[in-house]
Amino acid sequence: MFDNFDLMVAALGAGAWTTVWVTLVSFTIALVIGMILVVMHVSPAWPARWAANAYTQLFRNVPLLAVLFIMYFGLPSVGIVADSWVWALVGLGMYTGAFVGETLRSGINSIPLGQAEAARSIGLTFSQSLSGVILPQAVRAVIPPLGSLLIALVKNSALVLAIGVTELTAQSRRLIEDNESRFDLWGVIIGVTVSYLLIAFALSYLVRLVERRTAFVR
Amino acid sequence: MEATQPKTPMVSISGVNKHFGDLHALKDIDLTVEDGEVVVLIGPSGSGKSTLCRTINRLETVDTGEITVAGKPLPAEGRALANLRADVGMVFQHFNLFAHLTVLQNITLGPIKVRRTPKAKAEARARQLLERVGLSDKADVFPSQLSGGQQQRVAIARGLAMDPKIMMFDEPTSALDPEMINEVLDVMQDLAREGMTMVVVTHEMGFARRAANRVVFMAEGQIVETAAPDEFFDNPQTERAQDFLSKVMTH
Repeated sequence: MFDNFDLMVAALGAGAWTTVWVTLVSFTIALVIGMILVVMHVSPAWPARWAANAYTQLFRNVPLLAVLFIMYFGLPSVGIVADSWVWALVGLGMYTGAFVGETLRSGINSIPLGQAEAARSIGLTFSQSLSGVILPQAVRAVIPPLGSLLIALVKNSALVLAIGVTELTAQSRRLIEDNESRFDLWGVIIGVTVSYLLIAFALSYLVRLVERRTAFVR
Repeated sequence: MEATQPKTPMVSISGVNKHFGDLHALKDIDLTVEDGEVVVLIGPSGSGKSTLCRTINRLETVDTGEITVAGKPLPAEGRALANLRADVGMVFQHFNLFAHLTVLQNITLGPIKVRRTPKAKAEARARQLLERVGLSDKADVFPSQLSGGQQQRVAIARGLAMDPKIMMFDEPTSALDPEMINEVLDVMQDLAREGMTMVVVTHEMGFARRAANRVVFMAEGQIVETAAPDEFFDNPQTERAQDFLSKVMTH
Protein backbone atom coordinates (compact mmCIF):
# COMPACT_ATOMS: atom_id res chain seq x y z
CA MET A 1 0.00 0.00 0.00
CA PHE A 2 2.06 2.98 1.25
CA ASP A 3 5.86 3.06 1.28
CA ASN A 4 7.39 1.56 4.42
CA PHE A 5 3.95 0.94 5.87
CA ASP A 6 5.21 -1.04 8.89
CA LEU A 7 7.70 1.64 9.88
CA MET A 8 5.06 4.33 9.53
CA VAL A 9 2.53 2.46 11.66
CA ALA A 10 5.17 1.84 14.34
CA ALA A 11 6.13 5.53 14.43
CA LEU A 12 2.56 6.80 14.47
CA GLY A 13 1.63 4.15 17.03
CA ALA A 14 4.35 5.37 19.36
CA GLY A 15 3.17 8.96 18.88
CA ALA A 16 -0.46 7.98 19.42
CA TRP A 17 0.47 6.21 22.65
CA THR A 18 2.20 9.38 23.87
CA THR A 19 -0.85 11.43 22.92
CA VAL A 20 -3.11 9.06 24.84
CA TRP A 21 -1.15 8.99 28.07
CA VAL A 22 -0.38 12.69 28.01
CA THR A 23 -4.12 13.31 27.52
CA LEU A 24 -5.21 10.95 30.28
CA VAL A 25 -2.67 12.10 32.86
CA SER A 26 -3.19 15.80 32.17
CA PHE A 27 -6.97 15.33 32.23
CA THR A 28 -6.66 13.73 35.64
CA ILE A 29 -4.67 16.76 36.77
CA ALA A 30 -7.34 19.00 35.23
CA LEU A 31 -10.13 17.18 37.08
CA VAL A 32 -8.35 17.63 40.40
CA ILE A 33 -7.68 21.31 39.70
CA GLY A 34 -11.23 21.85 38.46
CA MET A 35 -12.66 20.24 41.58
CA ILE A 36 -10.50 22.42 43.83
CA LEU A 37 -11.49 25.51 41.82
CA VAL A 38 -15.21 24.84 42.05
CA VAL A 39 -15.03 24.25 45.80
CA MET A 40 -13.20 27.58 46.10
CA HIS A 41 -15.76 29.23 43.81
CA VAL A 42 -18.70 28.31 46.05
CA SER A 43 -16.79 28.79 49.29
CA PRO A 44 -18.10 31.35 51.77
CA ALA A 45 -14.57 32.77 52.12
CA TRP A 46 -14.00 35.57 49.63
CA PRO A 47 -10.21 35.12 49.28
CA ALA A 48 -10.87 31.58 48.05
CA ARG A 49 -13.43 32.82 45.54
CA TRP A 50 -11.08 35.59 44.45
CA ALA A 51 -8.15 33.21 43.94
CA ALA A 52 -10.27 30.76 41.98
CA ASN A 53 -11.51 33.54 39.77
CA ALA A 54 -7.98 34.89 39.19
CA TYR A 55 -6.73 31.43 38.25
CA THR A 56 -9.63 30.86 35.88
CA GLN A 57 -9.21 34.22 34.16
CA LEU A 58 -5.48 33.67 33.76
CA PHE A 59 -5.58 30.19 32.29
CA ARG A 60 -8.70 30.71 30.21
CA ASN A 61 -7.43 33.85 28.55
CA VAL A 62 -3.80 33.01 27.82
CA PRO A 63 -3.22 30.79 24.77
CA LEU A 64 -2.18 27.25 25.64
CA LEU A 65 0.96 27.59 23.54
CA ALA A 66 1.96 30.65 25.56
CA VAL A 67 1.31 28.75 28.80
CA LEU A 68 3.59 25.96 27.58
CA PHE A 69 6.31 28.42 26.53
CA ILE A 70 6.16 30.27 29.83
CA MET A 71 6.63 27.02 31.68
CA TYR A 72 9.21 25.46 29.42
CA PHE A 73 11.34 28.55 28.79
CA GLY A 74 10.37 30.85 31.62
CA LEU A 75 10.38 28.70 34.72
CA PRO A 76 13.90 27.22 34.26
CA SER A 77 15.22 30.79 34.27
CA VAL A 78 13.91 31.18 37.81
CA GLY A 79 15.39 27.87 38.83
CA ILE A 80 12.42 25.56 38.31
CA VAL A 81 13.78 22.83 36.07
CA ALA A 82 11.90 19.81 34.77
CA ASP A 83 11.71 17.58 31.70
CA SER A 84 9.61 18.76 28.81
CA TRP A 85 7.04 16.00 29.34
CA VAL A 86 6.51 17.28 32.89
CA TRP A 87 5.73 20.75 31.55
CA ALA A 88 3.47 19.20 28.96
CA LEU A 89 1.41 17.45 31.64
CA VAL A 90 1.40 20.41 34.01
CA GLY A 91 0.65 22.96 31.28
CA LEU A 92 -2.18 20.96 29.70
CA GLY A 93 -3.54 20.04 33.13
CA MET A 94 -3.54 23.58 34.53
CA TYR A 95 -4.98 25.05 31.34
CA THR A 96 -7.77 22.47 31.04
CA GLY A 97 -8.38 22.65 34.80
CA ALA A 98 -9.71 26.19 34.42
CA PHE A 99 -12.30 24.94 31.92
CA VAL A 100 -13.17 21.92 34.05
CA GLY A 101 -13.74 24.28 36.99
CA GLU A 102 -16.15 26.41 34.97
CA THR A 103 -17.96 23.34 33.68
CA LEU A 104 -18.39 21.97 37.20
CA ARG A 105 -19.61 25.37 38.32
CA SER A 106 -22.34 25.37 35.71
CA GLY A 107 -23.20 21.89 36.98
CA ILE A 108 -23.57 23.19 40.50
CA ASN A 109 -25.73 26.05 39.27
CA SER A 110 -28.03 23.54 37.61
CA ILE A 111 -28.81 21.81 40.93
CA PRO A 112 -31.98 23.24 42.52
CA LEU A 113 -31.36 25.38 45.62
CA GLY A 114 -33.71 23.13 47.57
CA GLN A 115 -31.11 20.34 47.50
CA ALA A 116 -28.64 22.50 49.41
CA GLU A 117 -31.34 23.71 51.79
CA ALA A 118 -32.41 20.15 52.55
CA ALA A 119 -28.78 19.16 53.07
CA ARG A 120 -28.25 22.01 55.50
CA SER A 121 -31.53 21.35 57.25
CA ILE A 122 -30.51 17.82 58.27
CA GLY A 123 -27.35 19.26 59.82
CA LEU A 124 -24.74 18.64 57.13
CA THR A 125 -21.88 21.11 57.24
CA PHE A 126 -20.93 23.15 54.17
CA SER A 127 -18.32 20.63 53.06
CA GLN A 128 -20.55 17.65 53.83
CA SER A 129 -23.42 18.99 51.78
CA LEU A 130 -21.02 19.84 48.96
CA SER A 131 -19.40 16.41 48.89
CA GLY A 132 -22.47 14.35 49.74
CA VAL A 133 -25.29 16.11 47.96
CA ILE A 134 -24.28 18.88 45.56
CA LEU A 135 -21.12 17.70 43.80
CA PRO A 136 -22.30 14.14 43.10
CA GLN A 137 -25.30 15.58 41.27
CA ALA A 138 -23.35 18.42 39.66
CA VAL A 139 -20.65 16.13 38.27
CA ARG A 140 -23.21 13.77 36.79
CA ALA A 141 -24.99 16.69 35.17
CA VAL A 142 -21.84 17.78 33.33
CA ILE A 143 -20.33 14.49 32.20
CA PRO A 144 -21.16 15.20 28.52
CA PRO A 145 -19.46 18.65 28.52
CA LEU A 146 -16.54 17.18 30.46
CA GLY A 147 -16.31 14.62 27.66
CA SER A 148 -16.06 17.49 25.18
CA LEU A 149 -13.21 18.97 27.22
CA LEU A 150 -11.47 15.60 27.10
CA ILE A 151 -11.72 15.48 23.30
CA ALA A 152 -10.52 19.09 23.08
CA LEU A 153 -7.60 18.08 25.25
CA VAL A 154 -6.66 15.27 22.83
CA LYS A 155 -6.34 17.89 20.12
CA ASN A 156 -4.70 20.51 22.33
CA SER A 157 -2.08 17.95 23.30
CA ALA A 158 -0.62 18.36 19.78
CA LEU A 159 0.78 21.71 20.93
CA VAL A 160 3.26 20.05 23.27
CA LEU A 161 5.35 19.21 20.21
CA ALA A 162 6.45 22.85 20.48
CA ILE A 163 8.28 22.05 23.71
CA GLY A 164 9.79 18.86 22.38
CA VAL A 165 7.37 16.09 23.30
CA THR A 166 7.06 13.63 20.44
CA GLU A 167 3.36 12.89 20.39
CA LEU A 168 1.23 11.93 17.43
CA THR A 169 1.44 15.18 15.45
CA ALA A 170 5.18 15.49 16.10
CA GLN A 171 5.68 11.97 14.82
CA SER A 172 3.74 12.66 11.66
CA ARG A 173 5.85 15.74 11.04
CA ARG A 174 9.02 13.69 11.49
CA LEU A 175 7.75 11.16 8.98
CA ILE A 176 6.85 13.83 6.46
CA GLU A 177 10.20 15.55 6.85
CA ASP A 178 12.14 12.25 6.78
CA ASN A 179 15.60 12.85 5.30
CA GLU A 180 15.42 9.89 2.99
CA SER A 181 11.78 10.52 2.03
CA ARG A 182 10.88 6.96 2.94
CA PHE A 183 7.22 7.77 3.65
CA ASP A 184 4.33 8.63 1.43
CA LEU A 185 2.84 12.07 2.28
CA TRP A 186 -0.78 10.96 2.01
CA GLY A 187 -0.05 7.80 3.90
CA VAL A 188 1.09 9.89 6.85
CA ILE A 189 -1.80 12.33 6.56
CA ILE A 190 -4.37 9.55 6.48
CA GLY A 191 -2.54 7.66 9.21
CA VAL A 192 -2.44 10.60 11.61
CA THR A 193 -6.07 11.53 10.92
CA VAL A 194 -7.31 8.00 11.50
CA SER A 195 -5.24 7.79 14.69
CA TYR A 196 -6.82 10.94 16.14
CA LEU A 197 -10.28 9.76 15.17
CA LEU A 198 -9.72 6.39 16.83
CA ILE A 199 -8.45 8.01 20.02
CA ALA A 200 -11.38 10.41 20.11
CA PHE A 201 -13.93 7.67 19.44
CA ALA A 202 -12.45 5.44 22.10
CA LEU A 203 -12.50 8.24 24.68
CA SER A 204 -16.05 9.25 23.73
CA TYR A 205 -17.13 5.67 24.24
CA LEU A 206 -15.43 5.68 27.62
CA VAL A 207 -17.24 8.87 28.60
CA ARG A 208 -20.58 7.42 27.54
CA LEU A 209 -19.83 4.35 29.60
CA VAL A 210 -19.12 6.49 32.66
CA GLU A 211 -22.29 8.46 32.00
CA ARG A 212 -24.39 5.32 31.85
CA ARG A 213 -22.75 3.77 34.91
CA THR A 214 -23.35 6.83 37.07
CA ALA A 215 -26.85 7.62 35.82
CA PHE A 216 -29.70 7.71 38.29
CA VAL A 217 -33.38 7.89 37.55
CA ARG A 218 -34.44 11.51 37.35
CA MET B 1 -51.52 20.67 76.98
CA GLU B 2 -51.62 20.39 80.74
CA ALA B 3 -49.79 23.13 82.53
CA THR B 4 -46.72 21.95 84.40
CA GLN B 5 -44.04 24.10 85.99
CA PRO B 6 -42.67 26.78 83.68
CA LYS B 7 -40.22 25.23 81.21
CA THR B 8 -37.91 26.66 78.62
CA PRO B 9 -39.97 27.00 75.47
CA MET B 10 -38.85 24.89 72.52
CA VAL B 11 -38.72 27.94 70.31
CA SER B 12 -38.67 31.52 71.39
CA ILE B 13 -38.79 34.32 68.86
CA SER B 14 -38.65 37.88 70.08
CA GLY B 15 -38.55 41.19 68.27
CA VAL B 16 -37.66 39.65 64.92
CA ASN B 17 -37.52 41.86 61.84
CA LYS B 18 -36.52 40.86 58.35
CA HIS B 19 -36.30 42.76 55.08
CA PHE B 20 -36.02 41.53 51.53
CA GLY B 21 -34.76 44.70 49.90
CA ASP B 22 -37.56 47.20 50.36
CA LEU B 23 -40.03 44.59 51.51
CA HIS B 24 -40.47 44.42 55.27
CA ALA B 25 -41.14 40.67 55.38
CA LEU B 26 -41.27 40.15 59.15
CA LYS B 27 -42.38 42.95 61.49
CA ASP B 28 -41.58 42.73 65.21
CA ILE B 29 -42.43 39.06 65.50
CA ASP B 30 -42.80 37.57 68.98
CA LEU B 31 -43.72 33.92 69.23
CA THR B 32 -43.02 31.04 71.55
CA VAL B 33 -43.60 27.38 70.88
CA GLU B 34 -43.77 25.15 73.93
CA ASP B 35 -42.41 21.62 74.10
CA GLY B 36 -44.96 19.27 72.55
CA GLU B 37 -47.03 22.05 71.10
CA VAL B 38 -48.36 22.14 67.56
CA VAL B 39 -48.46 25.65 66.17
CA VAL B 40 -50.04 26.23 62.79
CA LEU B 41 -49.15 29.37 60.87
CA ILE B 42 -51.78 30.50 58.43
CA GLY B 43 -52.33 33.59 56.38
CA PRO B 44 -52.43 34.88 52.83
CA SER B 45 -49.54 34.42 50.41
CA GLY B 46 -46.70 36.81 51.12
CA SER B 47 -47.72 37.23 54.74
CA GLY B 48 -44.30 36.04 55.92
CA LYS B 49 -45.34 32.72 57.42
CA SER B 50 -42.88 30.65 55.35
CA THR B 51 -40.13 33.14 56.00
CA LEU B 52 -40.81 32.98 59.73
CA CYS B 53 -40.74 29.20 59.63
CA ARG B 54 -37.39 29.26 57.80
CA THR B 55 -35.82 31.63 60.31
CA ILE B 56 -36.17 29.03 63.05
CA ASN B 57 -33.36 26.92 61.58
CA ARG B 58 -31.70 29.95 60.03
CA LEU B 59 -32.34 29.07 56.41
CA GLU B 60 -33.30 32.74 56.50
CA THR B 61 -31.26 35.13 58.58
CA VAL B 62 -32.99 37.91 60.49
CA ASP B 63 -32.10 41.59 60.62
CA THR B 64 -32.95 42.18 64.27
CA GLY B 65 -34.37 40.22 67.14
CA GLU B 66 -33.52 36.97 68.85
CA ILE B 67 -34.44 33.36 68.24
CA THR B 68 -33.67 30.56 70.67
CA VAL B 69 -34.26 26.86 70.17
CA ALA B 70 -34.44 24.76 73.34
CA GLY B 71 -33.14 27.74 75.25
CA LYS B 72 -30.06 28.32 73.11
CA PRO B 73 -29.67 31.27 70.73
CA LEU B 74 -29.23 30.33 67.09
CA PRO B 75 -25.53 30.10 66.22
CA ALA B 76 -24.51 32.39 63.36
CA GLU B 77 -22.81 29.78 61.21
CA GLY B 78 -20.40 26.87 61.11
CA ARG B 79 -20.61 23.56 62.88
CA ALA B 80 -22.64 24.93 65.78
CA LEU B 81 -25.36 25.97 63.35
CA ALA B 82 -25.19 22.59 61.60
CA ASN B 83 -25.64 20.89 64.98
CA LEU B 84 -28.67 23.01 65.72
CA ARG B 85 -30.22 22.25 62.36
CA ALA B 86 -29.76 18.54 63.02
CA ASP B 87 -32.19 18.97 65.93
CA VAL B 88 -34.74 20.87 63.87
CA GLY B 89 -36.45 18.71 61.26
CA MET B 90 -37.64 20.51 58.15
CA VAL B 91 -40.15 19.45 55.54
CA PHE B 92 -40.32 21.58 52.40
CA GLN B 93 -43.10 22.40 50.00
CA HIS B 94 -41.18 20.78 47.14
CA PHE B 95 -39.93 17.79 49.19
CA ASN B 96 -36.28 18.39 48.21
CA LEU B 97 -35.35 14.75 48.46
CA PHE B 98 -31.77 14.13 47.37
CA ALA B 99 -32.28 13.16 43.74
CA HIS B 100 -29.17 11.01 43.39
CA LEU B 101 -29.88 8.88 46.45
CA THR B 102 -32.38 6.10 47.02
CA VAL B 103 -35.18 6.56 49.51
CA LEU B 104 -33.23 4.61 52.13
CA GLN B 105 -30.05 6.62 51.49
CA ASN B 106 -32.03 9.85 51.74
CA ILE B 107 -33.12 8.88 55.22
CA THR B 108 -29.77 7.52 56.44
CA LEU B 109 -27.52 10.30 55.11
CA GLY B 110 -28.06 12.60 58.08
CA PRO B 111 -27.83 9.94 60.81
CA ILE B 112 -24.66 8.47 59.28
CA LYS B 113 -22.87 11.74 58.49
CA VAL B 114 -24.09 13.99 61.27
CA ARG B 115 -24.95 11.64 64.13
CA ARG B 116 -22.24 9.10 63.26
CA THR B 117 -24.78 6.30 63.59
CA PRO B 118 -23.42 2.97 62.30
CA LYS B 119 -24.80 2.25 58.84
CA ALA B 120 -26.67 -0.94 59.77
CA LYS B 121 -28.34 0.76 62.70
CA ALA B 122 -29.27 3.81 60.62
CA GLU B 123 -30.77 1.57 57.95
CA ALA B 124 -32.79 -0.45 60.43
CA ARG B 125 -34.19 2.77 61.86
CA ALA B 126 -34.88 4.13 58.37
CA ARG B 127 -36.87 1.01 57.52
CA GLN B 128 -38.89 1.45 60.70
CA LEU B 129 -39.65 5.03 59.74
CA LEU B 130 -40.59 4.00 56.21
CA GLU B 131 -43.01 1.49 57.64
CA ARG B 132 -44.45 4.17 59.84
CA VAL B 133 -45.13 6.46 56.87
CA GLY B 134 -46.48 3.48 54.91
CA LEU B 135 -43.67 3.13 52.39
CA SER B 136 -41.72 0.06 53.51
CA ASP B 137 -41.66 -1.31 49.96
CA LYS B 138 -40.03 1.82 48.52
CA ALA B 139 -36.66 1.75 50.29
CA ASP B 140 -34.58 1.15 47.17
CA VAL B 141 -36.23 3.38 44.59
CA PHE B 142 -35.17 6.88 43.64
CA PRO B 143 -37.30 9.91 44.61
CA SER B 144 -38.33 10.58 41.01
CA GLN B 145 -40.03 7.18 40.92
CA LEU B 146 -42.43 8.20 43.69
CA SER B 147 -45.59 10.28 43.63
CA GLY B 148 -45.55 13.66 45.32
CA GLY B 149 -47.36 12.38 48.37
CA GLN B 150 -44.93 9.49 48.70
CA GLN B 151 -41.95 11.82 48.31
CA GLN B 152 -43.29 14.06 51.03
CA ARG B 153 -43.77 11.13 53.38
CA VAL B 154 -40.15 10.11 52.72
CA ALA B 155 -39.13 13.69 53.49
CA ILE B 156 -40.94 13.46 56.81
CA ALA B 157 -39.17 10.17 57.55
CA ARG B 158 -35.86 11.84 56.65
CA GLY B 159 -36.55 14.57 59.17
CA LEU B 160 -37.64 12.13 61.87
CA ALA B 161 -34.52 10.01 61.38
CA MET B 162 -32.51 12.75 63.09
CA ASP B 163 -34.68 12.43 66.22
CA PRO B 164 -35.41 16.15 66.07
CA LYS B 165 -36.64 18.19 68.99
CA ILE B 166 -39.06 19.96 66.69
CA MET B 167 -40.40 19.41 63.19
CA MET B 168 -41.11 22.28 60.85
CA PHE B 169 -43.43 21.93 57.89
CA ASP B 170 -43.27 24.65 55.25
CA GLU B 171 -46.46 24.24 53.20
CA PRO B 172 -45.99 20.47 53.04
CA THR B 173 -49.09 19.80 50.94
CA SER B 174 -49.15 22.85 48.67
CA ALA B 175 -47.37 21.11 45.79
CA LEU B 176 -49.46 17.95 45.98
CA ASP B 177 -52.31 16.70 43.87
CA PRO B 178 -55.53 16.82 45.91
CA GLU B 179 -55.82 13.06 46.30
CA MET B 180 -52.38 12.88 47.92
CA ILE B 181 -52.83 15.60 50.49
CA ASN B 182 -54.51 13.40 53.07
CA GLU B 183 -51.85 10.71 53.12
CA VAL B 184 -49.36 13.39 54.17
CA LEU B 185 -51.70 15.10 56.63
CA ASP B 186 -52.47 11.73 58.25
CA VAL B 187 -48.79 11.16 58.94
CA MET B 188 -48.49 14.66 60.36
CA GLN B 189 -51.52 14.24 62.53
CA ASP B 190 -50.15 11.00 63.97
CA LEU B 191 -46.95 12.85 64.78
CA ALA B 192 -48.85 15.61 66.50
CA ARG B 193 -50.79 13.10 68.53
CA GLU B 194 -47.57 11.44 69.66
CA GLY B 195 -46.43 14.71 71.14
CA MET B 196 -43.97 15.96 68.55
CA THR B 197 -43.38 19.70 68.75
CA MET B 198 -44.42 21.07 65.38
CA VAL B 199 -44.56 24.33 63.50
CA VAL B 200 -46.73 23.96 60.43
CA VAL B 201 -47.22 26.52 57.68
CA THR B 202 -50.28 25.40 55.75
CA HIS B 203 -53.43 26.32 53.90
CA GLU B 204 -55.17 23.18 55.15
CA MET B 205 -57.72 24.66 57.53
CA GLY B 206 -59.13 21.23 58.40
CA PHE B 207 -55.72 20.09 59.57
CA ALA B 208 -55.22 23.28 61.56
CA ARG B 209 -58.51 22.74 63.34
CA ARG B 210 -57.88 19.08 64.10
CA ALA B 211 -54.18 19.04 64.97
CA ALA B 212 -53.16 22.48 66.17
CA ASN B 213 -52.86 23.59 69.78
CA ARG B 214 -52.61 27.12 68.58
CA VAL B 215 -53.28 28.92 65.34
CA VAL B 216 -51.15 31.91 64.48
CA PHE B 217 -52.60 34.12 61.81
CA MET B 218 -50.18 36.33 59.90
CA ALA B 219 -50.70 39.11 57.39
CA GLU B 220 -48.24 41.52 55.81
CA GLY B 221 -45.34 40.33 57.93
CA GLN B 222 -47.13 40.66 61.25
CA ILE B 223 -48.75 38.27 63.66
CA VAL B 224 -52.32 39.51 63.63
CA GLU B 225 -54.04 36.99 65.82
CA THR B 226 -53.13 33.99 67.96
CA ALA B 227 -55.79 31.66 69.31
CA ALA B 228 -56.85 28.10 69.95
CA PRO B 229 -58.12 26.62 66.67
CA ASP B 230 -61.82 26.42 67.53
CA GLU B 231 -61.77 29.93 68.86
CA PHE B 232 -59.93 31.23 65.81
CA PHE B 233 -62.09 29.53 63.20
CA ASP B 234 -65.45 30.06 64.95
CA ASN B 235 -64.88 33.48 66.34
CA PRO B 236 -61.99 35.37 64.75
CA GLN B 237 -61.32 38.62 66.54
CA THR B 238 -59.68 40.76 63.89
CA GLU B 239 -61.20 42.03 60.71
CA ARG B 240 -58.16 40.82 58.76
CA ALA B 241 -58.68 37.25 59.98
CA GLN B 242 -62.44 37.39 59.39
CA ASP B 243 -61.79 38.55 55.85
CA PHE B 244 -59.22 35.82 55.24
CA LEU B 245 -61.41 33.08 56.64
CA SER B 246 -64.43 34.20 54.65
CA LYS B 247 -62.36 33.81 51.51
CA VAL B 248 -60.87 30.40 52.25
CA MET B 249 -63.87 28.78 53.93
CA THR B 250 -66.51 29.41 51.28
CA HIS B 251 -65.77 26.24 49.31
